Amino acid sequence: MTRYQRRKVVNAFNLAASIAVTLFGLVMLGWILSILFAKGFAHINWAVFTEMTPPPGEAGGLLNAIVGTLMLTVVAVLIGTPVGIMAGTYLAEYGGKSRFSNVVRFINDILLSAPSIVVGVFVYTLLVSPVGHFSGWAGGVALAILVVPVVVRTTEDMLKLVPPQIREAAAALGAPRWKVTVHVVYKAALSGMITGLLLATARIMGETAPLLFTALSNNFWSTDMNRPIANMPVVIYQYALSPYEDWQNLAWAAALLITISVLAMNIFARYGLKSRNQKP
Amino acid sequence: MAVPETQFSKPSRQAIMGALGDRLFKGAALFFATLVLVVLAAIIIMLFKDAWPAFQTFGLDFFISDKWDVVNDQYGALIPIVGTLVTSFIAILIGIPVSFGIALFITLMAPEWLKRPVGIAVELLAAVPSIIYGMWGLFYFAPWFSENLQPLLTDTLGELPWFGQFFQGPPIGVSLFTAGVILAIMIIPFIASVMRDMFEVVPKDLKESAFAMGSTTWEVVWKVILPYTKVGVIGGIMLGLGRALGETMAVTFVVGNAQELMAGLFYPGSTIASTLANEFNEADGLHMSSLIALGLILFIITFIVLAISKVFLNRLGRVQEGRSS
Repeated sequence: MTRYQRRKVVNAFNLAASIAVTLFGLVMLGWILSILFAKGFAHINWAVFTEMTPPPGEAGGLLNAIVGTLMLTVVAVLIGTPVGIMAGTYLAEYGGKSRFSNVVRFINDILLSAPSIVVGVFVYTLLVSPVGHFSGWAGGVALAILVVPVVVRTTEDMLKLVPPQIREAAAALGAPRWKVTVHVVYKAALSGMITGLLLATARIMGETAPLLFTALSNNFWSTDMNRPIANMPVVIYQYALSPYEDWQNLAWAAALLITISVLAMNIFARYGLKSRNQKP
Repeated sequence: MAVPETQFSKPSRQAIMGALGDRLFKGAALFFATLVLVVLAAIIIMLFKDAWPAFQTFGLDFFISDKWDVVNDQYGALIPIVGTLVTSFIAILIGIPVSFGIALFITLMAPEWLKRPVGIAVELLAAVPSIIYGMWGLFYFAPWFSENLQPLLTDTLGELPWFGQFFQGPPIGVSLFTAGVILAIMIIPFIASVMRDMFEVVPKDLKESAFAMGSTTWEVVWKVILPYTKVGVIGGIMLGLGRALGETMAVTFVVGNAQELMAGLFYPGSTIASTLANEFNEADGLHMSSLIALGLILFIITFIVLAISKVFLNRLGRVQEGRSS
């Protein structure tokens, strides 16, 4: 084989391998989603949305878990968003390239990928073990700690995209700086910031690990944030690993609902908002 | 930006309020930015405080002992630490070539109309919650693996001298190896998206010069693009590794949760995260303290890996790594 032929063969082989591994990735996604849809839709019915999580062997639904997950998510977003937006604002508008903001940026990016189970352990030591019982608030705080880095990052990135001329124009009209930021810069960056918020929400909705040691779960109807509160991820975890078929079936239904919500939010955040963002 | 003040009269009430508002707003922003650092410090301090009894009781033995014995209250972290490292290592071993292939396909080979759908699909792989991977892994992937792939690997790689012993084990499907494979699938989107972003910023002149010299596509990738983006690619791999080390739910479902140090990859084992998920809620006293110590060790390992990743990625300018999950 001539050298030229060998180069062509190597090229063809490697490019074929690259197509093959891409197909591998797509097949895995297809495999997971098709099973999830088949098993999930088979067990979704009206009772899932209207009844409580049942004892083993009885029919029931996921109402308390759905409501619990919504409450935990809302609490986490309400705590995490203001913190994230203010910290991101500092980095973009005030901090610049100072050493302090570089450190904050660095740490924030690490927290973005830090293991969520460690956050669960941390909140346990902070809010559960001193009080002596699991609580919805602890779960909300744990999830909020996961929201903050995402929001900080997107807020900073989005504010930096706003042209400085807009700030200068507003300042030239006599607006104090905070008004420039809140009324002008935020408005210009709004859709990007909402994207970040949606991505953060999607991220925490399916998170299980930080809730195991904080919100735990609850088989009964409870909206008391001072007590353990039912939530979809932990219910999936407990039911999927249980020996009861009814519970496993409910786990599949819950898994489908959570995945659909998370994927829909992701797609909407990335592609639904982006197209509108193009023409500010 | 200074507060606009008129020089001819006293500052108006509005201007004073504006200045006050400015100070408050900046103060609040600074406070919350500092809070990010406080959270990190608090995580380390709180975990260390609660882990202290375990460190005090077992000393350095905690890191090198393979006894995790709840009945006799003896704890050593070696098995979970080794399990964490082994599963993550398998994950990046599989994840690197696959991510590289996907990034290469998207940036250089795919026709324009296919780039976006494939990109979206790969990102969706990152968005699927970890627990879904766990259920799929336990009920579908593990049985499939133990019936098809595992016998094949045992019959081929398992026959090798010395090396072969790692590919032995019972055909039950839940094992360190299964966990590693599922982790690989989970971190592929992160590594692939960093690689893709890197490959896309390679200057056109470089690529086109190489093509003009008669390089094949592969040669352009291997000899031009990869050397140019080396630093960022390593950063992306470290990011994936950081993700794999701390992944909990998927691993807990498929790793088998055995606290025994096994020679083979096909034996059930445990990782730090899976041990925490399994035992935390039933623990107290020294057991609890040892578990928190495990959490601290995990946090420090991932912190170091992610910090290295950040340093590499920062060198190549900011990229959108993570893209959230």
